[in-house]
Amino acid sequence: MDFGNYSSPHFPVSGSVATMMRHVLFALLPGSICMTWFFGPGVVCNLVLAALTAICSEAGMLYLRGKPVRSTLADSSALVTGILLALALPPLAPWWIPVIGTLFAVIVAKQLYGGIGYNPFNPAMAGYVVLLISFPLELTLWPAPHAGLGLSDTLALVFLDTLPAGMDLDTLTMATPMDSVRTRLGLEQTIPMMQDGELFGLVGAGGWEWVNFWFLIGGLWLFKARVIQWQIPASMLCALAGMALVFYLLDPETHTSPAFQLFSGAAMLGAFFIATDPVSASTTPTGRLFYGAGIGILTYIIRHWGGYPEGIAFAVLLMNMAAPTIDYYTQPRVFGKSGDET
Amino acid sequence: MLVLPLLQHIGEVAECLVTPGERVLKGQMIAAPRGDVSAPVHASSSGTVVAIEPRPYPHPSGLPAPAIIIETDGKDEWLDSEHGLANYHEIEAARLLDHIRQSGIVGLGGAGFPTQVKLGSSVYHNIELLVINGAECEPYLSCDNRLMQERAAEILEGVRILQHLLKPDNCIIALENHMGAAREAMQVAVDNTADRAINLVSVPDIYPSGGERQLIRILTGKEVPSQGFPADIGILCQNVGTATAIYQAVVHNRPLVSRIVTVTGAGVKQPCNLEALIGTPFLDMITACGGYADRVDRLLMGGPMMGFAVNTDNVPVIKTTNCILAVTRDEMPPPPPEQPCIRCSKCTDVCPADLLPQQLFWHARSGNLDAAQDYNLFDCIECGCCAYVCPSHIPLVQYYRHSKAEIWTRDRQKQASDIARRRHDARKARLERIKQERAERLARKKQQLGSSEDTAENTRKAAIQAALERVRRKKAQTEIAPKNVDNLTAEQQQRIHEVDERRQQSGKDPEQ
Repeated sequence: MDFGNYSSPHFPVSGSVATMMRHVLFALLPGSICMTWFFGPGVVCNLVLAALTAICSEAGMLYLRGKPVRSTLADSSALVTGILLALALPPLAPWWIPVIGTLFAVIVAKQLYGGIGYNPFNPAMAGYVVLLISFPLELTLWPAPHAGLGLSDTLALVFLDTLPAGMDLDTLTMATPMDSVRTRLGLEQTIPMMQDGELFGLVGAGGWEWVNFWFLIGGLWLFKARVIQWQIPASMLCALAGMALVFYLLDPETHTSPAFQLFSGAAMLGAFFIATDPVSASTTPTGRLFYGAGIGILTYIIRHWGGYPEGIAFAVLLMNMAAPTIDYYTQPRVFGKSGDET
Repeated sequence: MLVLPLLQHIGEVAECLVTPGERVLKGQMIAAPRGDVSAPVHASSSGTVVAIEPRPYPHPSGLPAPAIIIETDGKDEWLDSEHGLANYHEIEAARLLDHIRQSGIVGLGGAGFPTQVKLGSSVYHNIELLVINGAECEPYLSCDNRLMQERAAEILEGVRILQHLLKPDNCIIALENHMGAAREAMQVAVDNTADRAINLVSVPDIYPSGGERQLIRILTGKEVPSQGFPADIGILCQNVGTATAIYQAVVHNRPLVSRIVTVTGAGVKQPCNLEALIGTPFLDMITACGGYADRVDRLLMGGPMMGFAVNTDNVPVIKTTNCILAVTRDEMPPPPPEQPCIRCSKCTDVCPADLLPQQLFWHARSGNLDAAQDYNLFDCIECGCCAYVCPSHIPLVQYYRHSKAEIWTRDRQKQASDIARRRHDARKARLERIKQERAERLARKKQQLGSSEDTAENTRKAAIQAALERVRRKKAQTEIAPKNVDNLTAEQQQRIHEVDERRQQSGKDPEQ
């Protein structure tokens, strides 16, 4: 009797890229629902637009590159890119914002570098930064929490750029808490003077703290499902909180608390879902700690002294560039080798 | 019928001692060890040698290997030999080691390294800890577990012999947490020895904790040096099966002619552990277990993580066959297609050798062998953990094996070309030398010939020669050119002219 020829190990494989990506999408669900609850149907609008664009552009590029379309699309990695980008975009942005961002992310930042596994930069963040630099005005269109714009009105605004009578964008939108804190600090106000209105919630920014909380829950579940490792989120959040703590203790009048830094903006989304993108991150156990810490420190620096209210995208891209070097210098000590041999 | 390959161990192929047609008895040595690292082969039953020829052999290459084929007579008649060395306490190490060598014992855990060599190199080390490895960690395998349950006393006797040989301070018998029955049986046996230096230790059921290096790290926290041996840190590791084989050989003078084999997988009707004679074809083993179930897709020797596929069941059980695994397509489907590495580094997290498998893969795939070696390719133990967790289904171990083989081939070729170059240079030098010697010989001969010729002729020749010489000398003299006549100043020229004129007037030619 003849038998097949196979190479060890023979045990059936344990997972797949598609499963990993579906886990990520699932873990994003609570945070996305929370965002929709606070900021209205515009969030869903962005998600749908980005998802469709991601799938279509990925399919188109795979076809042009002569790669298998159906099996590669099935890994859902393009979908994750689109969804992550959409979650970073303001819900009242015109329809072409998520479309252009996703097209850049998938076509330039991912496929032109060779597709999944070969992109040196996080595609979603590359797309976001392109939008932020090119269309700064459109990227400020965040509504106040519970602004009350219904589905049809949102669709009209997003696709037709029309608002119901008696409304204008200025009354509808509101600077994000991170942005207002910046602006008001620039106007020589102190943090205690800002303790009014909806700027602050229980610990973080109003509304945003809940979004961050649910992304944290999703992220912890992702860790438990062994899709991500603990090092990058832990070191990033610790570094961010550590920086915040140092400056908060030095001068609490002009610096927000560590809790505010952790529970506002895209801190949790960034720590658990963006910085952990395996392709562009550091891969050695020690390297992941440095990589995450680098993102945390850069995020604080950009948030506090940079020209943009949120620094995660830039921090991630900067650390993407450093990842190969970090990997090179943080190789683990090989079993049975003394420290100076490796 | 038994098929006994001449190479069932790591090292030199054994040298066949029998001829076709010869009758052999069970336990008779039919192939002798050749060189230091080698092991003999014994007839595992009585019968007649019918052939000595290449036969299918359980090896990843699938290539046949030379074997002695014995047609058994069913009598299973033992060679009548002197009784064993039950008084091993009084026998010196060298003689015991030789006895172990002559009994054909090799590491039965799967590696097949000649036991006497391993022991011999350790007898003169200071071995502090003897580890008896019963932590059989691969899924499906249960032969060591079964052995510990049923022959605990024999294992302990083997341990006593090893203790006598190595004089370790301590001895640990390691098994896995799930082996409850085996632990009980072993505990009874340990208690019976009343030796407080022997301890039973259960290790976690985590693959690959039964690997020698991994087990030592779990038990002692020490790491075996990268290219070294456990003996370097005062530890020696032996498999439980090897311990019983040592007991059988030393106390009963029974060479290694059988071993426990796990026959299992969904492709076998009645999976079980069998004590099999070395040389039994796989098919007979499967038949003894009720035959194949339906839809057997692959047949493996060894476990599902490190075992290899054999393409026929015509291969024999050899000394290193711990498991015969017949699996169906449902049980172990063919691997899904390979996808690009997404650098998730799950492989890094599971690697028991603390390597960076994704970097190794990157360099192995691009054929960058030097870089792969820089990333410690040769510290890879091929346990398969990385490939098992890889979400991109990359057959990583295959890449590493391929690269290792490439490097070995490259090194061999380099060695061969070095030798060829040296040979070429030596040949050139030799030819040169021969040519020179021939020329010298010729010259000498000519001289000898010349001296024996007519002397008158010689004087005439010498006169001519002398005349020629004179002419030549004179010519050479005339050809002497005046010195320092280049770049002369006008004043110097003028003075030369004056001198020349004076000479001419006095009748002397300056050129003469």
